[in-house]
Amino acid sequence: MSDVIFGRLRALLGTAGVERGSAGLPRATPESADALSLVCRLAHDEGWKIRVEGNGTWLPADAPADLAVSTRALDQVQSVSPADLVATVQAGTPLEALRRRLAEEGMWLAIDPPGRPERSLGSVVATGTSGPLRHGFGPVRDHVLGCTVATGDGRLVRAGGRVVKNVAGYDLTKLQVGGFGGFGILAEVHLRLRALPRADVTVIARGPRDTLSSAARELMAEQLLPGTLELLSPALAGESDWTLAARFAGTDAAVQADVRRLSTQGDLVWQPLPADRTAAFWSLVARGSLGGPVTLRLGVLGDGIDETLDLLAHDLDEGLVSAGAGAGMIRWTGDAPVERLRAVRRAAASREIPMTLERAPWPVRHALGHFGAYREGVGQLVARLRDTFDPGHSLSVALEGGE
Amino acid sequence: MVDALGRIVGPRWVRHRRAELATYTMDGLPTRESYPGVVVMPGSTAEVREVVRLMHLTGTPFVARGAGTGLSGGAVADPDAVLIALTRLNRILQVDPRRRRATLQPGVVNARLSEAVLPHGLHYVPDPSSQAACTVGGNVAENAGGPHCLKYGVTTNHVVELEVVLPDAAVIRLGSRQGEPWGPDLVGLFVGSEGMFGIATEIVVRLEPIPSSVRTMLADFSTVRGASEAVSAIIGAGIVPAALEMMDQACVEAVEASIYAAGYPTDAAAVLLVELDGGADAVEAEATTVETILRARGAREVRSASTPADRARLWQGRKKAFGAMGRIAPDLAVQDAVVPRSALPDIMDRIEEIRGRHHLAISNVFHAGDGNLHPNISFDRRDPELADRVQVACREIMAACVAAGGSITGEHGVGSDKIDYMPLIFDGDTLSAMRAVRLAFDPDERANPGKVVPLHACREWRATPAAR
Ligand SMILES: Cc1cc2nc3c(=O)[nH]c(=O)nc-3n(C[C@@H](O)[C@H](O)[C@@H](O)COP(=O)(O)OP(=O)(O)OC[C@H]3O[C@@H](n4cnc5c(N)ncnc54)[C@H](O)[C@@H]3O)c2cc1C
Ligand SMILES: Cc1cc2nc3c(=O)[nH]c(=O)nc-3n(C[C@H](O)[C@H](O)[C@H](O)COP(=O)(O)OP(=O)(O)OC[C@H]3O[C@@H](n4cnc5c(N)ncnc54)[C@H](O)[C@@H]3O)c2cc1C
Repeated sequence: MSDVIFGRLRALLGTAGVERGSAGLPRATPESADALSLVCRLAHDEGWKIRVEGNGTWLPADAPADLAVSTRALDQVQSVSPADLVATVQAGTPLEALRRRLAEEGMWLAIDPPGRPERSLGSVVATGTSGPLRHGFGPVRDHVLGCTVATGDGRLVRAGGRVVKNVAGYDLTKLQVGGFGGFGILAEVHLRLRALPRADVTVIARGPRDTLSSAARELMAEQLLPGTLELLSPALAGESDWTLAARFAGTDAAVQADVRRLSTQGDLVWQPLPADRTAAFWSLVARGSLGGPVTLRLGVLGDGIDETLDLLAHDLDEGLVSAGAGAGMIRWTGDAPVERLRAVRRAAASREIPMTLERAPWPVRHALGHFGAYREGVGQLVARLRDTFDPGHSLSVALEGGE
Repeated sequence: MVDALGRIVGPRWVRHRRAELATYTMDGLPTRESYPGVVVMPGSTAEVREVVRLMHLTGTPFVARGAGTGLSGGAVADPDAVLIALTRLNRILQVDPRRRRATLQPGVVNARLSEAVLPHGLHYVPDPSSQAACTVGGNVAENAGGPHCLKYGVTTNHVVELEVVLPDAAVIRLGSRQGEPWGPDLVGLFVGSEGMFGIATEIVVRLEPIPSSVRTMLADFSTVRGASEAVSAIIGAGIVPAALEMMDQACVEAVEASIYAAGYPTDAAAVLLVELDGGADAVEAEATTVETILRARGAREVRSASTPADRARLWQGRKKAFGAMGRIAPDLAVQDAVVPRSALPDIMDRIEEIRGRHHLAISNVFHAGDGNLHPNISFDRRDPELADRVQVACREIMAACVAAGGSITGEHGVGSDKIDYMPLIFDGDTLSAMRAVRLAFDPDERANPGKVVPLHACREWRATPAAR
């Protein structure tokens, strides 16, 4: 079977477009949206299952499939416009490469997702994984203006556009951001950028968790608006106590003024990180979320952080935790059996807190699903949308748990 | 039908005589007019649900309507359809100042929400120029914007949770108070669906603190190009103003000739309004930078205000621009399109050329910071020849914006007005994907039929799931 698939893919993409992946699985590496759509169409027509792979750093490539589609060769920054602060980037482009390219032209994508810097842009968008910068700059969806997606049956849908304001037609982009690849494979993404901040300062305070989280709430009330206000567990920050990290990115004057104001608020002792250590600090935090096989994301509000962290600590363990002390949203990484994770999802749902399984080995993903605890009527709607974008169910993605 | 509706909502909330229906034949778009079959005004979510169930059982098309200020013909219904007016659902159900959330019914008027939360030092950010009349339900359906959306985002960035009555009368709840979805981002998908996915019956929005320090600046330029370049330069300097608005000479003249005269210089080719907000020190420092940029790009005079009263004076002309333009001629075609910011100077030249060729009166007032144009054409629709020229000019302007890499609408939606332009920016597969998504919500296509997606331009979509 795998030889047949290999041969058919070769006929479609040429020798360079197919390789043998892990355990001999044929892996297609299309270089264009059109080629990607041809692969999907073929798989759909033949009833083959596809697993999507980015750059091999976030989710394990272990979903059962007849072939893998890697976005590795979709790695071109297709256009950047400094004057308009927008860019069009292929989905396989590693984040770090994109960051460097944009910085050269004085631009910045204000997303700092967990994981390694080589993560593909497509995987960040598909999983909707924002990082601490979500506090000041919004979740991933706010940075995506449009995208080109190959559906499971090989159609190309060009959602949204390249302008920063646009209400033409339904907002199909929203379905793709955080859709975990269940509604198609991203080929290219149109991004909203910012001018590279002239100043980027991080200050940190250490102490017991409760002290830090209540101090963070006071800061919110004082209208201090850092780009980041993140609470980090001792294990994640590699410290003996909890850390509250505030990051200010913007013009020199604004950043200086905000940092000055911060130091006069409350009783916390804030220490600025030396400029040359800032990038390393945040990169450590981002990688910290890879320190265990399972990563969860829980949508909470700032004032629900303590209670939810207690719940996690009680039902799982303290874990590698990063929590948006202002905007909410907790990310937990660790290890736990499916049953316990399921119990946490139930407990969270009873408190009206959505829990998304961001990352886990396939058996856990399959049993639990990235999503779950849909409210009444929503499951059917999601199923109809999935049928729309993947009528043959070719995309091997566990949106909901198998039970 | 009239009787059946009367049994649900009470006979006084059903309108069916021609004279009664006259108020509902149009929205803010002057070129589309149609009498709905019946108008029904439910007074609760339960009644909305019962009305929709009746529509479902009888296979009747329906159109939701808020305040009817839409500018794309979205809230206009054909005679075979029932118009469901939501203005009675106007209660703010809950305000949670600590968590900065408000829960409201869809008929709440945008400005009233901000007034209601003002005592808590909060406001609802999206501020369409129509905010004194339009409803938050209509804002959700159109994904409305406003001057202050440059820094803080449009409606979709402020709606976190929705209760929706689907066209088969099922009630679903999407999203969460926190803003984190329970699955795919269905709130994001619903916002901007122009009443075609169902009726939003409860809306939870984010509230934002009123900024502690605000500075408004008004600069006038002798060329539109200079003003446009200043816009790009400000954003390129890493400053994101709360608002960045432009008015051209025709617009300024209209304002100054009206009762709303704000003291804007009528000899300027363009006037730029820049608003900065945040902490006092930061605003102060950024204002200095902005003023330097404005002058470097040719600003003749820069006025600056920081007290509420002074700021209101600078804003007055901008806020009343539509009202002032509306006085020039019986009808005003308010256009809406988007271009990349860098294309602003060229597109303004192009619009001027189109205006001259068709001998029209066009005034421009727009959200320059995000390239969202509003070339507004004053005309009299009783003059068919003139109305035709307006249509031709609109089409040319749209084509020019699309050619510049832009979009056919930035905030007013497609409705029926722009449905023919959709193929200019979307191919057959994408249009049919839109239709297929609509079918997932509304398999019989009875919610606001005939809007947004031009069915003839769709390719056949293989929506039949393989063996399940
Ligand atoms: C030789 C080899 C070594 C590997 N080693 C490791 C390892 O050490 N650790 C590890 O965790 N994994 C490893 N993998 C697995 C690896 O391939 C991942 O699964 C890969 O997909 C991760 O890429 P990413 O980091 O860009 O994010 P991904 O994990 O690819 O993306 C995360 C999610 O997003 C989806 N996705 C990604 N791109 C798109 C897109 N364009 N459109 C729609 N959905 C998309 C994916 O399906 C997935 O659900 C390895 C794979 C190989 C072949
Ligand atoms: C002078 C003027 C200035 C304007 N300025 C702006 C501006 O700055 N920015 C901007 O974005 N718009 C602007 N508009 C356009 C208009 O005000 C907005 O589109 C507004 O959101 C419409 O709200 P409404 O309550 O009037 O909706 P309506 O016109 O009644 O309806 C609009 C659409 O929404 C649907 N709808 C209404 N309520 C619901 C609901 N509860 N559930 C589902 N669908 C629903 C209707 O079916 C229709 O398709 C302006 C209009 C005018 C007349």
